[in-house]
Amino acid sequence: MEARGLVKKYGAREALKGIDLQTSPGELVAIIGPNGAGKTTLLSILAGIVRPDAGEVSVTRGEVGWVPQQAALYRRLTVEENLLLFARLERREDPRAASEEMLELTGLGDRRGEVVARLSGGNQQRINIAIGLLARPAALLLDEPSVGLDPRQRARLWEFVAGLAAERDTTVIFSTHDIQEAERYGGRLLVLADGESLFDGAAEELRDAVRREAPEAAERDFETAFVAFLHHRGH
Amino acid sequence: MRWLLLKDLQILRRSPLQAVLLVAYPVLIAVLVGFAISRSPEKPRVAFLNEVPSSARVSVGTTQLPKIGVNDRICARVECVKVKSRAEAVDEVRSGDALAALILPADLVERIDSLSTPLPSIPKVEVIVNEDDPVKARLVNDRIDALLTQANLVIARRIAAEGGKFLHLVLDGGSFSVLGQRIGILGLRHSAQILEEVRHQVPEGPRRRSLEQVIRFTGLARDNLGQAVPLLARLTQPIAIDKEAVNASTPPLETFAIAAAATLTLAFVAVLLVAGSLALEREENAFPRLTRGLVSREALLGEKVLLGVVAGLAVTLLMLAGLAPFVPLHWSRFGLWLVAIAGGAASLGAAGAALGAAAREVRAVSLLAFMVTLPIAFLSLIPSGAVGPSLYDAIRLIAALFPFKPALQAISGALDPAGPAIVPALLHLAALGAAYGLLARLALRRFASV
Repeated sequence: MEARGLVKKYGAREALKGIDLQTSPGELVAIIGPNGAGKTTLLSILAGIVRPDAGEVSVTRGEVGWVPQQAALYRRLTVEENLLLFARLERREDPRAASEEMLELTGLGDRRGEVVARLSGGNQQRINIAIGLLARPAALLLDEPSVGLDPRQRARLWEFVAGLAAERDTTVIFSTHDIQEAERYGGRLLVLADGESLFDGAAEELRDAVRREAPEAAERDFETAFVAFLHHRGH
Repeated sequence: MRWLLLKDLQILRRSPLQAVLLVAYPVLIAVLVGFAISRSPEKPRVAFLNEVPSSARVSVGTTQLPKIGVNDRICARVECVKVKSRAEAVDEVRSGDALAALILPADLVERIDSLSTPLPSIPKVEVIVNEDDPVKARLVNDRIDALLTQANLVIARRIAAEGGKFLHLVLDGGSFSVLGQRIGILGLRHSAQILEEVRHQVPEGPRRRSLEQVIRFTGLARDNLGQAVPLLARLTQPIAIDKEAVNASTPPLETFAIAAAATLTLAFVAVLLVAGSLALEREENAFPRLTRGLVSREALLGEKVLLGVVAGLAVTLLMLAGLAPFVPLHWSRFGLWLVAIAGGAASLGAAGAALGAAAREVRAVSLLAFMVTLPIAFLSLIPSGAVGPSLYDAIRLIAALFPFKPALQAISGALDPAGPAIVPALLHLAALGAAYGLLARLALRRFASV
């Protein structure tokens, strides 16, 4: 996936100011930044839901799976019915096999007949992600996937996502507000603030940048160091 | 599209309250309309007490009129609840079992007979009504007035007929019985003939001139009384009605009531279901996922309208089947029913889609759909002449902008051959469906924001 010079305006406000992004197979990219940084807008453009005002995204249609922040599921259908429906809409040759594959992947095979509304937020999010994977995309976009989940559910979610990247070579791009989470699971961090890209690199490289620009915070926890970095950059 | 339709039907099945409402509502409407039609206000329940002795007859002079058959005549126009006393009649009205009570007092015939005596007393019947409801009170008053007018008319006709017989006796002669004795009447016509014959035998002079005066008077009396006979008959109903229907083809009242109930059911099902189902796509966050390439926005709208048509057809046909035991339906026109109901459902569904695309939440959409559908249905049922011309023009314009009225016309026309033409109504529905579809498509742009 490759994006170049992405610009998006909402009225007078510029949500994105010329963002570039290139990813490789199996890469885990975390997009982080304060509220209004442009994280969701960037993911929406990459997913093809929102059109950019300038710039372009090079990706084959259907190769990108998208998982919105709030689970896009039919809560009155069962787990299996949801998967089957989207497998059919994705025109998978064997929708039932595709559904079985996702049930196995999510570990929810024994709960296939349960109505989604009765599942925990974590399990709903796993189905949400599984639906995003039904088309077997080369890249998966996750918009704040761990919001509202308890620590145990988060751990299971990230284990699942990391497995996708490692075992299936799926490129995963996710946005998050949780800096520790980004440091732990993101092999690469893209820092956005006010629509600008402030940093693009590994977590350790970001800490190096903090050491250079805000040395007083360099040895503190990653979140404090990150906030100091943003302050130093005027955000 | 079929998978989305299947999904919506599955969701509907999983919502017990909605499913029960969808089935129970039309059945309830059908039963209510059925009872309303089978016990229509054309035959209100009236407690009836006839205290007049069965042997009593209205007399004209010394002649008793034949039996009028009061009981049968009254009970043919109202549903009679026979009571044995005035107190029982009052109880029936007070409890609401009867709309009114009608009591014919024992001296009614005597009082009618007294009208031709020097000391007449006014004949009266007693009416007891429960006026707790102004609409019911007006209905009862209208019914009682109509009954009284008819009773007066029947009696007047009988009196006029008897009077006519006497006039014919005076004119043409004949005989009638008084106290068991037959009395012969010569009659004016024969009197004139006899006098004419006598006149030739009387010599010219004062006697003959007097006789000729009597002959002239006899002729004048005969001619004028001859005019009086038809006049007397017309006196009972001087004004006749010459009714000409314009803008007709009006179906029977019960057919219109069925069509109105069916259209109301269809409107609620199609508008609420389509609007709610479309809003649900947004509430469940599924819309962006679906329209990322899985389904086009137009196909999604089409699927929702199809859902409205499927559910509307099922529920409305269920309702009509529920009405079948109460009223005869033209099942031979079933094909036209399907066309009219499907056309109405599609257009109402498109309106529902426009509403569904305009709001964010299912609850808000349901409320909006209800608030739009109910008053427009009410406005569409207001007949011309019920309000001022300017207000009616405004109502007609509003009603024409929503698919309820053309759907009502199409369904009325499909249910009964005497109903409105179906094709113009279907064209109207098609135009409105296209317009609302376009509005829905434009409103869906708001859905795209995530």
